[in-house]
Amino acid sequence: MSGSGNQKIIEEFANRAYPYGFVSAVESDSTPPGLDEDIVRTISAKKSEPKFMLDWRLRAYRHWRTLERAAGEPRWANLRYPAIDYDRIVYYSAPKQKVAARLEDVDPEILRTFEKLGIPLDERKRLSGVAVDAVFDSVSVGTTFKEKLGELGIIFCSFSEAVQAHPALVERHLGSVVPYTDNFYASLNSAVFSDGSFCYVPRGVRCPMELSTYFRINSAGSGQFERTLIVAEEGSYVSYLEGCTAPMRDENQLHAAVVELVAAEGAHIKYSTVQNWYAGDREGKGGIFNFVTKRGKCAGARSRISWTQVETGSAITWKYPSVILQGDESVGEFYSVALTNHHQQADTGTKMIHLGKNTRSTILSKGISAGHGSNTYRGLVKVLPRAANARNYTQCDSMLLGSQCAAHTFPYIEVANRSAVVEHEASTRKISDEQLFYCKQRGLSGENAVSMIVNGFCKEIFRNLPMEFAVEASRLLSVSLEGSVG
Amino acid sequence: MLSIRKLHAGVAGKEILRGIDLEVRAGEVHAVMGPNGSGKSTLAQVLAGHPGFVVTSGEVLYDGRDLLELPPEERARAGLFLAFQYPVEIPGVPTAEFLKAAVNAVREHRGLEELDAMEFLTLLKERMKLVDMDPAFMSRPVNEGFSGGEKKRNEILQMAVLEPRLAILDETDSGLDIDALRTVADGINRLRRPDNAIVLVTHYQRLLEYITPDRVHVLSGGRIVKSGDRTLAHELEARGYEWLETAAEATPR
Repeated sequence: MSGSGNQKIIEEFANRAYPYGFVSAVESDSTPPGLDEDIVRTISAKKSEPKFMLDWRLRAYRHWRTLERAAGEPRWANLRYPAIDYDRIVYYSAPKQKVAARLEDVDPEILRTFEKLGIPLDERKRLSGVAVDAVFDSVSVGTTFKEKLGELGIIFCSFSEAVQAHPALVERHLGSVVPYTDNFYASLNSAVFSDGSFCYVPRGVRCPMELSTYFRINSAGSGQFERTLIVAEEGSYVSYLEGCTAPMRDENQLHAAVVELVAAEGAHIKYSTVQNWYAGDREGKGGIFNFVTKRGKCAGARSRISWTQVETGSAITWKYPSVILQGDESVGEFYSVALTNHHQQADTGTKMIHLGKNTRSTILSKGISAGHGSNTYRGLVKVLPRAANARNYTQCDSMLLGSQCAAHTFPYIEVANRSAVVEHEASTRKISDEQLFYCKQRGLSGENAVSMIVNGFCKEIFRNLPMEFAVEASRLLSVSLEGSVG
Repeated sequence: MLSIRKLHAGVAGKEILRGIDLEVRAGEVHAVMGPNGSGKSTLAQVLAGHPGFVVTSGEVLYDGRDLLELPPEERARAGLFLAFQYPVEIPGVPTAEFLKAAVNAVREHRGLEELDAMEFLTLLKERMKLVDMDPAFMSRPVNEGFSGGEKKRNEILQMAVLEPRLAILDETDSGLDIDALRTVADGINRLRRPDNAIVLVTHYQRLLEYITPDRVHVLSGGRIVKSGDRTLAHELEARGYEWLETAAEATPR
């Protein structure tokens, strides 16, 4: 096929509309734009937080201010965007209605919003096997299946609720994996985060259902700063899913979240994300700036943390879900599909920090670039001196659709123990004209052919997602690629 | 079923087909033979609509419709099948999934209901016996890591599943050992029906020991220089192509 015919199919494929771009009419309670100590105190007061929380927030705020005055935002990523004006952001925005005690009391407009997104909060309507915490703008509006989980001693609730009901657990683990000094965005988040999800799985308990948080940005001009903390005690297991959408707006909105995972001896945490924040329009106008710090600590021996992410949204994605392999024989995994279409840019990857003996990590990254998209894999594999027999396998594959897009790979490998085995493989490919012609000769449309080939390219990643999410991810990938075929 | 008239085609300014005339009726098997570079594969690719080739003049009617007007996927849905000389690998896409999508694209075009997974698997298993293929291949990515012979069998399997009206087999015999050749030929023979037609593009006549063609055409320098019945194939085997190439040069354009 002529390159141009090919190109046309890819373009059509990439130009499908974003179906979640609507705005809900919900009154919100917001702080004025800009950030100072008073705003931090206000946020803490609104949430009636204990003193340790306020103190921690203030330390974070002061640290962030010094970073902001000194160098500002980090600029090492392979991303181009105008400087963010931190004085214009609204740091706290919540639906006016107070957090409802019962789901029936939640603002019906919010319930309708989640219904429209395919996330009914009504337990009777839920697919069995998934408990949901829904976060609307900065506040958790409802968590399902709480009682059922409670019987097993599993705590699954909004972060605010955890601060009230389980302050000792929060105080012990908050910042233990991502300290407030970690990086610019993590500091900012620590100062102003308003909600998020909290999950605690006691010793020996296997969580019987998928836990899921659904994040929705609604208000204009507000940033979203949520924080998720998952603690899995000895020998426990939990699978956690996270989904995200936002309305279509012309301005860019900042999303700076922090996720911390703690796995004790023999525990396994599986964390899956389908990120579909609004990506901006075809010309690159609007969209979410997604600066996220996600890190897990395999604190105990034989613990395991698996990150699986499907990143199809956001104008800018800056995100490196990482694992600190502290316990001996612990395992870290990172499976990623990142798709950039139109003018989207992603700089994403992982860090695997091997501290314990016989620790193993696997990194599988699939980047797809279409339109004018730019996709960067950035990953660090670090083996410290006492991490004898550490093992890492990394595979980074890129697929380019069209001729205006870009793919980059920046692997960093630092090995300080001679017994380590670190492997890195990388490939870049295009969908060839011959492949497309072969598919068409069998009766497939160009669009279906591209969708099938791209899905095939990502199959190893989707296999790690819970069934229901895998189907969603595959569909999302096709939608996000619309108008990109060639 | 297929009428090719004065077809001229080529790539990027280079003419390869220089006036092809060919008539294929339902129920017939035609063999198109010729030396390397004579335009056999180009003819097959042009009929299937490969975008790398440009048709400069002439016409092709398929069931009375202008075939050249249709994009390749519509030709396929209308029942035209090309068994590729070099089947293409599609990493990550399981063969069964690929074939199911193809079958359903063709069925949709014909106004038939989609086959669900169970119905499709039943069909697939039945057709796999035709070409003696190991079911394990169906979960492997399309043609990836297949041997040459396995790829060719996979082409015939796809033909068996898609049940084309007009099948063009481009050098399906090349690279096959004698056992594989026999299996493939058996499969093709069992797919012969009064309402379909098969065009075999081949360099050698050995495939024709197993599949008896109704007509044999010799292509040379982009034109059909001789047509005849099956005995022509034997004559070619005995005398080589040179005597015909000489004849071609003598033919007025």
